[in-house]
Amino acid sequence: MGAGIAIVAARGGFNTISYDRSQEALERSHNATIAFFEKSVERGKMTPGERGRTVKAMRSTTDLDVLGECDLIIEAVFEELSVKRDLLRALDAVCEPRTIFASNTSTLSITEIAAGSKRPHKVVGMHFCLPAQLMKLIEMSPGLLTSEETFQSAWQWTLACGQIPVKTQDKPGFILNALLVPFNNDAIRAVEAGVASAADIDKALKTALGYKMGPLELIDLIGLDTQVRLSEAFYPITLDGRAAAPPLLRRMVAAGLLGRKSGQGFFRYEGEAMFGA
Amino acid sequence: MHYAIIKAGESPSFPDGDPFLAAGVAVSQAEAVIYLAGAKLAHNDAKSVVLVELGNESLGEHTGELLGEEGSNVVGFARYRNGLDAPSSLVELVVQSRTPQDAVAAARSIFEAAGLVVAICTDQAGRIVDRLVRPKYNAALRLLDEGLAIQKDIDLTCRLGLGYPDGPIERAVRGGLVHHHDITKALFETYGTPGYAPARRAVVAARRRES
Repeated sequence: MGAGIAIVAARGGFNTISYDRSQEALERSHNATIAFFEKSVERGKMTPGERGRTVKAMRSTTDLDVLGECDLIIEAVFEELSVKRDLLRALDAVCEPRTIFASNTSTLSITEIAAGSKRPHKVVGMHFCLPAQLMKLIEMSPGLLTSEETFQSAWQWTLACGQIPVKTQDKPGFILNALLVPFNNDAIRAVEAGVASAADIDKALKTALGYKMGPLELIDLIGLDTQVRLSEAFYPITLDGRAAAPPLLRRMVAAGLLGRKSGQGFFRYEGEAMFGA
Repeated sequence: MHYAIIKAGESPSFPDGDPFLAAGVAVSQAEAVIYLAGAKLAHNDAKSVVLVELGNESLGEHTGELLGEEGSNVVGFARYRNGLDAPSSLVELVVQSRTPQDAVAAARSIFEAAGLVVAICTDQAGRIVDRLVRPKYNAALRLLDEGLAIQKDIDLTCRLGLGYPDGPIERAVRGGLVHHHDITKALFETYGTPGYAPARRAVVAARRRES
């Protein structure tokens, strides 16, 4: 996710530094980024000159102190409150007071994350959609203590990058996941209740509503284990029964049926081909 | 496959003027009989399949039920439409536990020959689409009431973030909030789970209709 966000920033004309503790991870991201730009030029989405300028604007580091020069830092670290708070605490020590901290969290509270920093008025939610380098939408959420100036600066930054921001309150799942996680669980419960096969459920929703992807195909893409984690993040906060992980989902994860990445979830995958399970 | 049509009014699945209606033949010449718009079902074992158009009700209300042993050549169906929108190309085909496979195949062939897409489901309230999308529309309407975001941004987020052709609120409103209310109220009465309880804005629309 971080690599995609870095592409958005650099493509928007901003000098961009990618930080990771692992040099190997940075190299992997760099190679993927170069390959993405190659494709972009091939497809006419970017000129060779733009590619050159964008690549030149990007660098990477394993040294957190290097981030001290940044005006805006967007974190996309592991989705756990303590991890994000620890990072903000470390950044407090190296960054100028003007620096804005943005969190790409999809499930955690911006206000709770900001409590890990000495500058909660400088912390804002910026939830990018996967894959960040292709998706225009960013859900922008102020925490309880976020200043209007911080929010507006971050908002203007997204516009300068050619993204489309929407403002949401700091509530679990913001807009997208608040609607999607329970909906996906409902689709799993429909399979479990014998309403229809996974293939017929997806076919019905795609045909009736014009969705590009059915919910069960989408869960296979996200990963069934990720759907469990999302449910476990939402349910204790919202106590919405629809957000609770369905028993079938847990059984499938226990059986190693994780979706595309394991070769089988609600559907079976052989190479790029998809077969009804 | 030749089919006969018996109708009691305008069908939501095949409104007047739909070419599907014009292709119907006399019952004596048909291998299948299709009952539309609440026409009273008459069983006919001689036919490959007898199709009954469903609204919000279960197929079992037409056929009777036998504690899980029900099933005959009577198959339910509904062409999905979002209230006031034109019918989609989806036909939800409703089967019972002992519905013969040849009746299902006959039903499928009739609709697929008309260029429609068939999804098969069991006889449960809301079938596939309404069972899944109505709680989402309720949730979106509640998020609007709670001030999570403005309507335009809730819909835009779903379009841009999920690739939907339209957002949940604009879709519910376009189909009719009263229509949404009636469906989700029927589902709530069946399932009793809070997700189906009609959202406040749908209740308001329904009460204004009544007054």
